[in-house]
Amino acid sequence: MLSQQEILMIIEGLRDTLIIVGFSTFFGYLLGLPLGIVLAVTDKEGIRPSPAVYKVLDLVTNVLRSFPFIILLVVLIPVTRAIVGKSYGTAATIVPLVVAAAPFIGRLVESSLKEVDKGVIEAAQSLGASKATIIFKVLLPEARTSLLVGVTIAFGTILGYSAMAGAVGGGGLGSIAIRYGYNRFQPQILWPSVILLILLVQLFQVLGMHLSKKLDRR
Amino acid sequence: MSDAIIEIRNLCKSYRSDKGEVSALKEVSLSIAQHDIYGIIGLSGAGKSTLVRCMNLLEKPSSGQVIVNGNDLMTLSDRDLNLQRRRIGMIFQHFNLLMQRNVLDNVAFPLEIAGLRKKEARKKAYEYLQTVGLEEKAKAYPSQLSGGQKQRVAIARVLASSPEILLCDEATSALDPQTTKSILRLLKDINERYGITIVVITHEMAVVQEICSHVAVLDHGKLVESAATEELFRAPKTAEAKRLVFSGSEHILDMTSDRVVRIQFHGGSAYEPILGNIVLETKTPINILYADTQTVNGAAEGEMLIQLPEDEEKARRIVAYFEEKGLNPREVKDHVKSAGNPDDH
Repeated sequence: MLSQQEILMIIEGLRDTLIIVGFSTFFGYLLGLPLGIVLAVTDKEGIRPSPAVYKVLDLVTNVLRSFPFIILLVVLIPVTRAIVGKSYGTAATIVPLVVAAAPFIGRLVESSLKEVDKGVIEAAQSLGASKATIIFKVLLPEARTSLLVGVTIAFGTILGYSAMAGAVGGGGLGSIAIRYGYNRFQPQILWPSVILLILLVQLFQVLGMHLSKKLDRR
Repeated sequence: MSDAIIEIRNLCKSYRSDKGEVSALKEVSLSIAQHDIYGIIGLSGAGKSTLVRCMNLLEKPSSGQVIVNGNDLMTLSDRDLNLQRRRIGMIFQHFNLLMQRNVLDNVAFPLEIAGLRKKEARKKAYEYLQTVGLEEKAKAYPSQLSGGQKQRVAIARVLASSPEILLCDEATSALDPQTTKSILRLLKDINERYGITIVVITHEMAVVQEICSHVAVLDHGKLVESAATEELFRAPKTAEAKRLVFSGSEHILDMTSDRVVRIQFHGGSAYEPILGNIVLETKTPINILYADTQTVNGAAEGEMLIQLPEDEEKARRIVAYFEEKGLNPREVKDHVKSAGNPDDH
């Protein structure tokens, strides 16, 4: 059985994971949501096509997304240090996670917004709605269920990435699982951490899907 | 006739496709009078949807002018175009309601665009819902409504922006005949009550007959004929118009006859036993090839195709008799072919 100390450590890990993933998802959306909106709007089928803007953002998004996270973690060390003051620890893992998550979230948002019925957008245009009105009163609300599904996907993906945070001394369940399970071969700690991670993803998946279904009026 | 509220001049629209340039509209010019209900009819692919979508610039014309309310729409800034668009409502074949908003908030949407507070917008929206008779569905979501109800909500939504013009892009094409009738009645009512000019795009002649005072026939991107609806029904000039007017009469192709005359009844003449009298008077049996009665704009319009007898003198007397009764007899030997056979002109 686990000692009280070990249990405490796992609980702390759970807390750290929630903090890391929560903040990363939040800041990821802070960057990714506008990115996704601009991508959807400037696309050639969008409400304000702009091939130049789209191409540049498309390229940046693709480049960032092709970085393996563990490499991004290393490459971004100077940036992380500039932002949080140090390059290790829990807070330090949030920076690369946000950088990795934002383009991914941007793509999720872009595809959600592109699912909105063109006819509804045209109806808004025919009523004289400005582009901002169309974005905030048509595109985002009409896509909300798909956006919510996106949030659960983003959350799960970021949770997966966060396991690598241990590499730079960040906390969380993933890092515990690697340190104790892999480096020290202590399966009694490895498995509870992994199971907690799985349960966490499941929980958010179920919650997200339930919420998106409940909010869907179609 | 009052002044034109919509003026289309030399409108051209072409698309780039894989097969090269496709031209959807070719030099279309037309003008629509204020308070009119103007129909644009044509087969699918004739370009009528493109034409109506050019009237609020949902579709950007390749060349030509679209002048609405005296404003050349193509010269307007985005902002001014949006202001103009609020005066040009549009309803669609697939209704295009906001699916995540309830009925009341759908109708409130244009009021929000106009800058009203949500509470005020909802209050006004409710009044427009009453206009279309759907106030008890205020809290329902579009997915819970029937097609006809959805179109009513779309109409209430468009009314909420207090438009001067209403563009209807195949607005009844997804509805059953019964619902179509009730929607058309509502449109006519709106036209009379608010004086809104209505442009109706349709491929159904019955829709034009029901409500339009003027009609334009579009064929392969060209405007081939335009006239008052009664006029077009009475005497379609072009093969395309004839084909639309006589769309139900292909079967008369089989009848071969040297001389056929087309006669028309309207108003009172439909009650007189004209054919009976003519048979009694000329002592000649006549052959009815085709007969139909339609309600055009509220008035009964009947038409018949009559085969004339071989005897020149008797034929002349019959035609004279029709003329005397005001039935507008016309020899229509050519129309029999062109009505059914599109390549024969």
